Amino acid sequence: MICQNCGQRPASLHYTKIVNGAKTELHLCEECAKEQGESSETEHSFMSAAGGYTIQDLLSDLLNMDQSNTAGNAEKKQPKKAARPLTCDNCGLTYKQFTKTGRLGCAHCYHAFESKLTPVFRRVHSGNTNHTGKVPKHRHEKLHAQRELDEKKRQINILVQNEEFEKAAELRDEIRTLEKQFQGREEDS
Amino acid sequence: MASEHFFSEAISPWMQEGPGPEGDIALSTRVRLARNIEQYPFPVFASEEASATLLRYASSTLLNQSEEVGSLEALNMNELRPNERQVLVEKHLVSPYLIKNMEHSAVLLNNDESISIMVNEEDHLRLQCLSNGMQLEECYNEADRLDDWAEANLTYAFDERLGYLTSCPTNVGTGMRASVMVHLPALVWTNQLSRILPAIHQLGLVVRGIYGEGSEALGNLFQISNQMTLGKSEKDIIEDLRGVVMQVIQRERHARESLLGSSRVKLEDRVFRSYGILAYSRMMTTKEAANRLSDVRLGIDLDLIKGISGNILNELMLLTQPGFLEQYAGESLTQEEADIRRANVIRERIKLEL
Ligand SMILES: [Zn+2]
Ligand SMILES: [Zn+2]
Repeated sequence: MICQNCGQRPASLHYTKIVNGAKTELHLCEECAKEQGESSETEHSFMSAAGGYTIQDLLSDLLNMDQSNTAGNAEKKQPKKAARPLTCDNCGLTYKQFTKTGRLGCAHCYHAFESKLTPVFRRVHSGNTNHTGKVPKHRHEKLHAQRELDEKKRQINILVQNEEFEKAAELRDEIRTLEKQFQGREEDS
Repeated sequence: MASEHFFSEAISPWMQEGPGPEGDIALSTRVRLARNIEQYPFPVFASEEASATLLRYASSTLLNQSEEVGSLEALNMNELRPNERQVLVEKHLVSPYLIKNMEHSAVLLNNDESISIMVNEEDHLRLQCLSNGMQLEECYNEADRLDDWAEANLTYAFDERLGYLTSCPTNVGTGMRASVMVHLPALVWTNQLSRILPAIHQLGLVVRGIYGEGSEALGNLFQISNQMTLGKSEKDIIEDLRGVVMQVIQRERHARESLLGSSRVKLEDRVFRSYGILAYSRMMTTKEAANRLSDVRLGIDLDLIKGISGNILNELMLLTQPGFLEQYAGESLTQEEADIRRANVIRERIKLEL
């Protein structure tokens, strides 16, 4: 395959770019990819070695596409009397400022911009919008205990598969105790 | 007064422990957790005052409790000399961003530099654990322990649905970035890497060159890391990444063996030419140095060159970076002067080994 940009050198880098919701396949030679994908060396730009499309590019594409659409519509409907721009009432960051930097101002921004962020999460995190990992003990005791329980149940399955029945039995007892504690707490609250 | 060894030694003590697991290909492992403290604005948009308060609060709280994780030393970025800051960046102990924000930023380091906690980076805390070779589980467990300790003393910004809240929404959820640095000369020479990369990207992982810009990966050094942080648990992310990295390592080994089998003399010729050039040249560009060092490192790993430590690659890749050369020279250098110094540094280092 020949590079789409210069039409001369063979394309060695192939990637997919999403522009305005439409998938575009790109086939470039190394030199053209280098020209197009100038990346800094910071950890913030997850430039792939293939000169590929980075998660930061994806993020800024998603945000800017959204912005250009809404900005265009708003101008057509009411030229000047626009509603108060979407703003986080805790830190004062506007959604527009966020789209420029890709950085949020405070924890509350996640709630303030929730409707806009959810589709972004879907795209950036392969359709996922819920955290399933670690939970701090402090202030999130219940969820923390629940996750611990889930993890132990996962381990028990592995032990059974490996026919380590003694260890599995021990773990089962542990799980039962935890479950009782857990239920006790549920009733308290 | 900060300990001098953070700046005088180019190679962190944890790197000198000799090759880690899969050390012929995997040079180092890093796990980083992004965390923010409840109630405080995130650093990027925080006022000077808020940043200063957070810095004081977070570093004093953590330092007071630091005996639990081994002694930590705090370095405030604005109290360091420019070349000292530069050295910390080149050693990957701090990010360039931390230095951009140096008025209100600090790093807490342990003695062997395997733990680095950046305060007021893009997030309030960036907890980072480093180790040699391929040690993803070990590195994660260490980071997890560090995180438990920090969390016992500070309250994190955490949402039960979204997880750890980070300044950039691409990090939300686990806030974790795990990565392994790999040396893949045989996959690059045989053009196999460009065929493997799309498959790795499909799995939600990122491969990027560590040195060099754009698509050029100097020294055939790559970093493979997770991209997704929301929806998968830390253990699953680590396990998936481990699986892929192990496959890449196997393929590299296989490619090395077939090169040895099919074109041994060609390979030896390339390795020894590079060795000779490194040992005797008087001027050397960054790019040439990187490629020659990669050749020599491969020669060491394949037992073609004996009596030289494999660390020479990591070490000289660091020492011959333009920034590093200038810092050691104590003045800015023209291209030509830098090329001359680079060749000198390499010759000296190779002589040390002989
Ligand atoms: Zn081209
Ligand atoms: Zn906010």
